[in-house]
Amino acid sequence: MALSASRRRQGGAASGTALGIAMFAPAVLYIVLLIGVPFVLAVLYAFSDARIGASGFRLVGLENFRSILQSPSFHKALKNSIVFTLCAQVIVIVCSNILSIALEKPFRGRGLVRFLILLPWVAPVSLGTIGWKWILDSIYSVITWVLVALHVYKPYNAPMWLGEPHLAMASVILVHCWRLIPFSTVIMLAGRSAISKEIPEAAAIDGAGFWRTTFQINLPMMTPILSVAVLFGIIFTFTDMTVVYILTAGGPFDSTQTLPSLAFATGIAGSDLAAGAAISLFLVPVLVLVAYFMLRIAHRAEVV
Amino acid sequence: MSGSGAPRKIAARIGKFLVLAFFTVLLAFPFFWMLVASFKQNLDLYTVENNPFKFNLPPTLDHIRFLFGHTRFVRWLGNTAFVGGIVVLITLLVAVPAAYALARLTGRWGQRLGIAIFLTYLIPPTLLFIPLSRVVALLGLQDSLFSLVVVYPSMTIPFSIWLLMGFFKSIPKELEDAAMVDGLTRFGAFLRMVVPISLSGILTVVIFSFTLVTQEFVYALTFISPEANQMVGVGVPIFLVRGDVYYWGALMAACLVASLPIGFIYNLFLDRFIAGFTVGSVK
Repeated sequence: MALSASRRRQGGAASGTALGIAMFAPAVLYIVLLIGVPFVLAVLYAFSDARIGASGFRLVGLENFRSILQSPSFHKALKNSIVFTLCAQVIVIVCSNILSIALEKPFRGRGLVRFLILLPWVAPVSLGTIGWKWILDSIYSVITWVLVALHVYKPYNAPMWLGEPHLAMASVILVHCWRLIPFSTVIMLAGRSAISKEIPEAAAIDGAGFWRTTFQINLPMMTPILSVAVLFGIIFTFTDMTVVYILTAGGPFDSTQTLPSLAFATGIAGSDLAAGAAISLFLVPVLVLVAYFMLRIAHRAEVV
Repeated sequence: MSGSGAPRKIAARIGKFLVLAFFTVLLAFPFFWMLVASFKQNLDLYTVENNPFKFNLPPTLDHIRFLFGHTRFVRWLGNTAFVGGIVVLITLLVAVPAAYALARLTGRWGQRLGIAIFLTYLIPPTLLFIPLSRVVALLGLQDSLFSLVVVYPSMTIPFSIWLLMGFFKSIPKELEDAAMVDGLTRFGAFLRMVVPISLSGILTVVIFSFTLVTQEFVYALTFISPEANQMVGVGVPIFLVRGDVYYWGALMAACLVASLPIGFIYNLFLDRFIAGFTVGSVK
């Protein structure tokens, strides 16, 4: 009796493995065909002379990388991508932390407030960005009107928010933050509700003050969720081209060009698939590095 | 003690109120501004001296009429819903079984494969759109909505597997064991016991996938050029602009009409979504 039961269990385990493979195979197939193959193609293109319209291509070695590294547009794009990502992350983490504390406990009208706060994230990015384009318009900007009304600027003498390099950069960062704060806040809220309330309370009873509780208990407990928020935030900002494409199209004078928007301008709009692929390959090392560090942090927090 | 406690409590409440007011206004302002522009007459919109915060001329429905009567806006909304629906279906069919297999059946390898799949999610569209534009052309899907139907699940599946895997792991194994003792097969136990309990995780995936489809811009911009086949996220910013002329009233109305329903549905499921996300990432 006991023997047959254990045999049945063994048979179950073996068929379980086959079933597992069958359940898992479609996902692997999808990922290999639509992420793996294009990724290999992207690398191949980067070392080739592929162009839109030409049917074949031949390998040209490091030629594309040589010309990219000499182009001032590329240097600007690389620098901008890093600056935009870092600035946005710092602002987003600080703001969403504050906001998630304010939103944590229930209050009257919380549902409506949460709905309004979440809008930038749930609305299609391109549409929200068009909204900002109207707010930052060169002539009819509401910000300009308010500043003129407050006599900060004389009429017709206000800066063009999207027309001057530094202001345009600040505008791009502003829109990225606007879009990411809701997302980050939602994640932090989830993290806060997952944290046990007993440990900080116990620490308080044992005499730990506010700062000690914050830095030695709450923050370490928040680390996994914080790293998730930062990880997604970096990826959404660093690899995004929608905000830049719609808001400034990389201008004025390439001052807001990022790696993805330059890759699009070169590879699709400019028909030079090879150079475009080579530019977008520069996203890879940063992404791998970021993912590695974040997974390590999450893993360490899990083990402890 | 109680004397100093009360003012401090009031100060904390005021502080909280100010924080919430500041962020709500900042985050929702663009949508409020869309609403205002949608109903303003052009003469009112384009007079620099007018106070933009009030209606200097009576409100008008002209922009709404133009948007629904003289543009392809409704068609774009339909295209987006169509692609979103099929992508959600494909995502569920592929990701739910795969996540379960990873969580339960493949043992030590499950965790490693899960991380590997999560890493593929980090590969962004802006890296793959150039080779994929060639693949789409080879498949004869250029300018067709089916190019997006085929490609979008490659974005939604990895993340959905990652999310669901954590969700399935939180379900006690004894549940399926009991069902299997009662005569169900492993797959039967998965379908009848695990899937119904995981509904909030599955809904999270549905909403995440649909939002991702409405948000995506790069692939839709690269693969599809005819005006009639646009997704709403590309059609509005690219095709409602004629040359250098921005129809701001109609543009803002379009943004608002497309954003609000998605935001509303999303908000309905937010609590389930948060629960799903916590389980998926913090355990």
